Amino acid sequence: MAKITFITSDEQRITVEGFSGSVMALAVENGIKGIDGDCGGVCSCATCHVHVAPEDVTKTGEASEIETDMLELDDHADQYSRLSCQLQISEVLDGVVLRVAK
Amino acid sequence: MRDLSRSENLAENQICVIIGASHGGVNCAFALRKEGWEGKILIIDSDSELPYHRPPLSKTYLHSSEALGQNLLKSPESYGKENIQLLLGIRALRIDRKAQKVQLDTGTWQAYDKLVLATGARALIPSIRGLSEAKHVYPLRTAADVNGIRVKISKIPSQEVVIIGGGYIGLETAASLRKLGAKVTVLERECRVLARVTAPEMSSFFESLHAANGVSIHCNKQVISIAEDGEKVQVICEDGSSFPADMLVLGVGIQVNSELASAAGLQIENGIRVDETSCTNDPNIYAIGDCTDHFNPHYKRYLRLECVQNAVDQAKIAAGAICGKDVFYDAIPWFWSDQYEVKLQLVGLSAGYDEAVLRKESELVFSNWYFRGNELLAVDTVNSAKAYVWGTKFIKSGEPLDKEKLKNPEIELKSIGR
Repeated sequence: MAKITFITSDEQRITVEGFSGSVMALAVENGIKGIDGDCGGVCSCATCHVHVAPEDVTKTGEASEIETDMLELDDHADQYSRLSCQLQISEVLDGVVLRVAK
Repeated sequence: MRDLSRSENLAENQICVIIGASHGGVNCAFALRKEGWEGKILIIDSDSELPYHRPPLSKTYLHSSEALGQNLLKSPESYGKENIQLLLGIRALRIDRKAQKVQLDTGTWQAYDKLVLATGARALIPSIRGLSEAKHVYPLRTAADVNGIRVKISKIPSQEVVIIGGGYIGLETAASLRKLGAKVTVLERECRVLARVTAPEMSSFFESLHAANGVSIHCNKQVISIAEDGEKVQVICEDGSSFPADMLVLGVGIQVNSELASAAGLQIENGIRVDETSCTNDPNIYAIGDCTDHFNPHYKRYLRLECVQNAVDQAKIAAGAICGKDVFYDAIPWFWSDQYEVKLQLVGLSAGYDEAVLRKESELVFSNWYFRGNELLAVDTVNSAKAYVWGTKFIKSGEPLDKEKLKNPEIELKSIGR
């Protein structure tokens, strides 16, 4: 189980619990605004972009090559950017804070 | 003050009815709330499942045991939260434009102020002798279709499957069923697979990929009849060849659901004709997604597209326009397909190209760039998100590219501008 906090563009902090699957799916399940996941979670659309809180980067790890490439589609991407469909929920992610990208 | 409150009441009393609860319809409903629509929102669909992602149906959903609930477009609760009413398992029968209401198969009429047609398309059932009577025939468009295939294949995973049609649906289904252990044959009418959507080089790659994974692909095969053969069926082609099958999957394309619009007297061309705001020739009726014939300003022609990108983008445009925003459709189409371990990503439309430039990093990582003169029209990429992303940027910017540099995989894509 992992508690994950999303900060939406209107500065709402929403903490939800997930057990398995991707962080994108968890966000959609909980209606987190700004996480669309148009491609259903196969790293094809870049509509589930989040910025990981700098102190949590050790928990989420690094983006894969394809993910890094896809993030280049978004002008708002930075060194903390991830596509949340590529983040798998496990206890390792407990406590992470993710800011939904603009 | 009184006038203001009256106008607010008016806004709250407005009703937007959306017909079709797939990618277009559902995204439009949520986009309407985002744009400030205060009135009612109703989505009607004859499919009784909660709205789900369609692309995985022929891919992971087919070859895994995952529940449809893992592929929902939105969580069940989000509809309530946004005050969006779902009328599922209900068919819209008729639009009365004058009275602004829709007749439902429940016998009631639903009034609307704004109507959005997101009716999509259905699987095309070709007219082949014996097909309608034949057993074990499965189209592939809805979750129910795929659930049927899943049940059938689970009984005997190694059964013989014949797929009619070597387009995306046919090939993705072939890959998924191979993964489950089926013996798969694909019959394609044209001289190559994916003939309608990509260039010969890409077709050859996918033909080899499927052959290497044990799928038997036959091109130039016009199926003319289906004959019963005990528990199996025989799929008979014009050239006299025949293929036995325990299961027959149809992947020959779609038929646009434009009947409602057509009966209501809306303009139909290669789909429901809409303007740059996704509005039909009735100012209170919009149409979005696979069912529309719309103008693409980048390619300067009318298009009908079968893809998630267009459904979602038009949904947002229509929602904005309905809420009085100054918006217009100007998107570069993009598509993807996953087969085996290969990720195909495409951006743009290659129709009308006069030169294809291949950029090959390795046998399994390459991209094909389509030009008309010096204008980049489209890029097909295999396992190369980098090429997909830079292709997207270059198509949008229109900057001239050095084709010699492009061919050389040692030169980074960001420096191929001239």
